[in-house]
Parts: sequence; structure tokens; C-alpha cells
Amino acid sequence: MNWLIEFFGSAEYWSGDDAIPLRLLQHLEYSFLAFAIAALIAIPLGLLIGHTGRGAVIVVVSANAARALPTLGLLVLVVLLIGVGTLWPVLIPLIALAIPPILVNTYEGIRGADPDLRDAAYGMGLRGSQVLFRALLPVALPLILLGLRLSAITVVATATVAAYVGLGGLGRYIIDGLATKNYAEVFGGAVLVVLLALAVQTGFTLLNRVIVSPGVRQVR
Amino acid sequence: MDEPLVRWDWIARNWDNGGPTSVKVLLENHIVMAFVPVIAGLLIAIPLGLACARYRWLYQPTVGIMNVVYSLPSLALFSILLSVTGLTQTTVIIPLTLFSLAVLIPAVVDGMRSVPDHVRQSAVAMGFQPMRRLTRVELPIAVPVVLAGLRVAAVSSISLVSVGALIGQGGLGYLFIDGWQRQFYTPIVVGIVLVVALALVADLVIIAAQRLLTPWARRRA
Repeated sequence: MNWLIEFFGSAEYWSGDDAIPLRLLQHLEYSFLAFAIAALIAIPLGLLIGHTGRGAVIVVVSANAARALPTLGLLVLVVLLIGVGTLWPVLIPLIALAIPPILVNTYEGIRGADPDLRDAAYGMGLRGSQVLFRALLPVALPLILLGLRLSAITVVATATVAAYVGLGGLGRYIIDGLATKNYAEVFGGAVLVVLLALAVQTGFTLLNRVIVSPGVRQVR
Repeated sequence: MDEPLVRWDWIARNWDNGGPTSVKVLLENHIVMAFVPVIAGLLIAIPLGLACARYRWLYQPTVGIMNVVYSLPSLALFSILLSVTGLTQTTVIIPLTLFSLAVLIPAVVDGMRSVPDHVRQSAVAMGFQPMRRLTRVELPIAVPVVLAGLRVAAVSSISLVSVGALIGQGGLGYLFIDGWQRQFYTPIVVGIVLVVALALVADLVIIAAQRLLTPWARRRA
């Protein structure tokens, strides 16, 4: 508790390069960029694979392999190989880790939709893309949102670790505090990261309530 | 890029150099820190999961809490625990146990729910007492679902241990820090390969265990 007062009460963390609002904004910026790019790649790809059934094996296998990849090792290796300077060397591993949960859940959501629903939609005269977007997508939405949530959580957590290779954001407090044995800073930074993760989690719960069709929600 | 990705002589020299950071020692530490949480998680998740399956009102709040726990970044939990348990393996083991629980409790509940009602009723009709019914009928049927959860828990535990290197207890994760500080690829590549290989072996062991524990599934196939 004393550490929290020491950390949040210190003027050092409210102005300049190490200000809490600035670090929070940086964290959100990296996380959102990586998450948005990953979603833009993974959702269309997942819809396509789920709808056509092509390439499914590769997706499932590579997603399982991705879970075993150690994030810290991947970050360090990619940044060493490409070199620091721009944001991209750090964004690339973040995006790579963010894609699999979205891709797999989008694919599973479309693939797992009731075949009767698919048949009924075709029977009503809808064309392929209409079946996908009007019938299958709403049903798959809860699973897709779950994938997006898992991915966002991974990105926020990994962006914390990425402070080690020179990224800004909230992870800086933890890494810098550890390096200088300033445990109030480590503790304060960790609490901020936990609060951010909880906010992301809550955000997705609310989003789920708003955009999932009430009919789909009742079945679950 | 003059430096090759892998210098084989480094591996030969550092596999077992007698020091605390020889690859072999790091691998052993890694295995301990990855598997203790999974085993502990399983031992805690089975009674908790059974309770959630038995008393339905427990299920929603438990899953809610576990969802929240799962969303907490590992580095943040390690750092917070650092003030309580210090630079020990326990600091890594406790958060990873929580993550395992977050995966395993829902798996146990789903497993118990996968027992068909008519099977449960047949067991009652055959005179199985509740405890025997649980151990001889319900748990064996739940095995595939529980082990699917165990695979996820084991693989993510193995990969997450390496983050502990940032607080000085990361098993093979030390190789990432070492390689970064010396701008030297070989330890990093060795670390990644060993972590992924360890995850693969654990996954195969669990699949083998599932085949042993569910002989009827094999016979049918």
C-alpha cells in the first residue's frame, strides 16, 4: 500500500516523459495498432476459410503451434534481426501473436454454424456472400468476439513485455523499476497494467451485450 | 548480418558447463516451473470443478472470476508477487497455477456435463454409490474433455515461464535476456526451439495418456 502511495503520489510520474497518462496512451496506441492490423488480416481470412473450408488444417495446426511460441524470445529475436529504430520491429511479433486467436475463432464460428441454417439461407435464394454475411456471421459473432477478446488481452500483456526491448508504455515502469530496484515503481506499473487488462475485459463484455443479436444470445 | 543464426559450438560448450546458466540446468528449472503449476492446477480444479458441476449457482461466478484472472498479464502478476515471495521460483509458479485453474476448472465442468444423463441413471440403477459412480463412471467419461483443457494449460504454461526471466526466474527465458544483452542470436534460437519442443513433448504425453485412459475410444475406432 505504501508503494502505491509512493508511486502514484510522486510528481515524477505525472509530468515529462515518464508521466502515467503519457505511458498509458503509448500502451493503448501500440496495443490498438497491433490489434487492429491483426483483426483486419484475421477476420476476412477466417471468414473465407470458414465459408469455403479451404486451408482449415493449416490454420488449426499453426494456431496451436503459436500458443507454444515464447513471446519474449520471439520479440527479442525479431527486434535483433530487424534492428530498433521504428515501431515496426516490435509491432510485427505483437501482430503475429494477435492473429491466431481471432483467426481460429472466426473460422470455428462460421464452420460450426448449424448446417440447417446454411441450407435454409441458400433455400431462400441468398447468394454465397449473402449467406455468409446475413446468416452465418451473426451466429458466429459470439465466438468471433471471444477470439477478439483473447487476442486483445494477449496484445496488452505482450506490449508490457515489449518494454524490455525498448517500447514505451506501461511496461516501462516494471522494466525500469526492476533495473533500478525501485520496487514502488514496479508495483505501481504492475497495478496499472492489471487495471488496463480489466478495462479491456469489461469493454468486451459490454460490446458482447450491444452487438450480439438477442436471438443468438438466448441460445447460449 | 555476419553473425550466423546458430553457432553450434556455443551449444556444445554451454549445454552442460557446470554453471547455473548452462542450458541443461535452465531446461530443468523450466520444466519444474512449468509443470508444478499444471499439476497443482489439476489437483485444485478437479474438486472445484466437481463442486461447480454439482451446484449450478457456483458456476457463473467461478467462470467470471477465472475469465478475469486469465486476462491478467503474467509480467504484472510476477511483479506484484515479487514483493511477497521475492526472487524465487514460487513467484512464477503461483500466477501460472492461477492461469492453469482458469483453463482447467471450465474443462472439468464441461467434462462432467458431457456425461450423458442415461449413463448416470444406469449407474444409479446398477447400485453405484455416489463416490464409486464418480470415480468409475463419470470421471472416466469426462477424461477427453479434461485432457483437452490440460493440453492448453500445459502448452501455455511452458511458454509463459520464459517471461519470468524478466524478474530473474525464467528457466530457458534466461537465454532470451542473455542473447539480447550480447546481441547474440544463438541463445535466443536455442531457447525458442527448446520451449517449443518441450511444449510438443508435453502435448504428445497428454495425448498418449488419453489413449491409455480411454481404451474404449480406441476399440471403437
